[in-house]
Amino acid sequence: MNRIDQLLARDSFIERGARRRAQALLDPGSLRELAGPFARLHSPWLAMQGLVTQSDDGVVVAKGRLDGAPTVVLAIEGGFQGGSMGEIGAAKIAGSLELAAGDNRRGIPTQAVILFETGGVRLQEANLGLAGIAEIQAAIVDLRRYRPVIGVSAGTVGCYGGMSIAAGLCSYLVLTREARLGLNGPQVIEQEAGAAEFDARNRALIWGLTGGEQRVAAGLADACVQDDSAEVRATVARLFAQGLPARHRSERAAETLAALARADASQQPAPADARGIYQGDA
Amino acid sequence: MERANSTRGAMWLRLLTGGAPALHDWPAVRVCDAPLAGQTARWIAVVPDPDNRFPRARNGEVGLVEGWQLAQAVLETIEQDRDAAVKRPIVAVIDVPSQAYGRREEAYGIHQALAGAAGAYAQARLAGHPIIGLVVGLAMSGAFLAHGYQANRLIAFDDPGVMVHAMGKASAARVTLRSVEALERLAEKVPPMAYDVRSFASLGILSQVLQLTDPALPDEQDLALVHGALAAALADILQDPDRGLAGRLQGQHRAASRRVRALLASEWEAAD
Repeated sequence: MNRIDQLLARDSFIERGARRRAQALLDPGSLRELAGPFARLHSPWLAMQGLVTQSDDGVVVAKGRLDGAPTVVLAIEGGFQGGSMGEIGAAKIAGSLELAAGDNRRGIPTQAVILFETGGVRLQEANLGLAGIAEIQAAIVDLRRYRPVIGVSAGTVGCYGGMSIAAGLCSYLVLTREARLGLNGPQVIEQEAGAAEFDARNRALIWGLTGGEQRVAAGLADACVQDDSAEVRATVARLFAQGLPARHRSERAAETLAALARADASQQPAPADARGIYQGDA
Repeated sequence: MERANSTRGAMWLRLLTGGAPALHDWPAVRVCDAPLAGQTARWIAVVPDPDNRFPRARNGEVGLVEGWQLAQAVLETIEQDRDAAVKRPIVAVIDVPSQAYGRREEAYGIHQALAGAAGAYAQARLAGHPIIGLVVGLAMSGAFLAHGYQANRLIAFDDPGVMVHAMGKASAARVTLRSVEALERLAEKVPPMAYDVRSFASLGILSQVLQLTDPALPDEQDLALVHGALAAALADILQDPDRGLAGRLQGQHRAASRRVRALLASEWEAAD
């Protein structure tokens, strides 16, 4: 096949919605959706403000098997409210991770994949979104004692806010080139610190500093994959097969502090600066 | 407002620990050992560092270095008590105006620094360290997630200077395409959107709200009240077999969180 044919034959992961993304990861025929749309879990807080709700609140809980191993996929729908975490969506993720950890304590090695496509807290549910994200973080740290928790962010929403912190707690993180991973979104930095600090319209700046390729090069994620469902699945399966990392990325305090001491904080860094301090060759 | 409040954390840490010496020479992350209910506890606060080499982290924000220092302080505590029968309690004194918003921060991965801190607190809790978060001022957004939100118990002062929220008002208005005035009107009707501590308390996430004479200028009686509340929270944690955060789900405004968990539990095994 020539390159055009390859491109046309490729099964894009980004173009899939949350439910079909989960389907792409689990063994054929093994997927069962829990707390699905027919449970009618509409956000009470959005409804109170006259905003559109969705009967799954933008999170799909898909339980099944991955290469035969018990797996739960928590897929955030970036198309609903920017993938933001409200009370219900966060409870679906945290509650599933809690059950997976409980499985492990009873000898069932359930593992989890989180598909991050989220701006973070849903500001219309502000403090309950924040509390829910704290509970997701607690549950990731609990579950990752037994089995890897793998985060995937494919794009196009990216992974921001409190959920970027949750991504930082995962055992492994898989990104595409289209994905962005950062704490504060460009608009919020511009609002808080001015356009001179961060110009939210500068796409090259945003992807250069926070895009998938850059994050993997700086060691802040584990794999940068093509927008290809088969490649995403194979990468997730390979990382599960590796088992738990010797130490989680979030535990690298001493060496990261040493790396940050090498950073020149007097000026705004270029992408190469961020890669440099973490690769130790700055 | 945020600047005026941001020295409260330092003051309360000093008062509650009797000015115990710092274990690290870190300007913004203060760590010390001091008694709590007759045993040694580790106390941690984030305080302003006007000379911070990262310019966006000079007013008490949790930045790159602060996040990783919090992580290191807590991971050290776990390591030091690895073989101890009794794990030392950790008290997070919370007055954090926000995470640091800046280009440097994003470039070097501030999300990972905050994950370092949040993860360390969660690991300490799971290892059996009783953790109490004491909100004496601002508890905002990512900074709160990194410093205190993983605690077994959260206590806050009932005071207008105490606020908990996911984002400052101006940014929240921009992101939700509303005016600040419209946001404030909504916050009066929708409890999770409010910034004040009484609305936050109605969510059921706090284990206790304390009425002091003056949280900005506390007297001996205030200090005794806070010490008593921390001791009671410690005793409560020690008698509780749960090391997770399930205690936060009982509030009147968390019915949906309970319903989702009950539904998931009922469907979980049937899905195999």
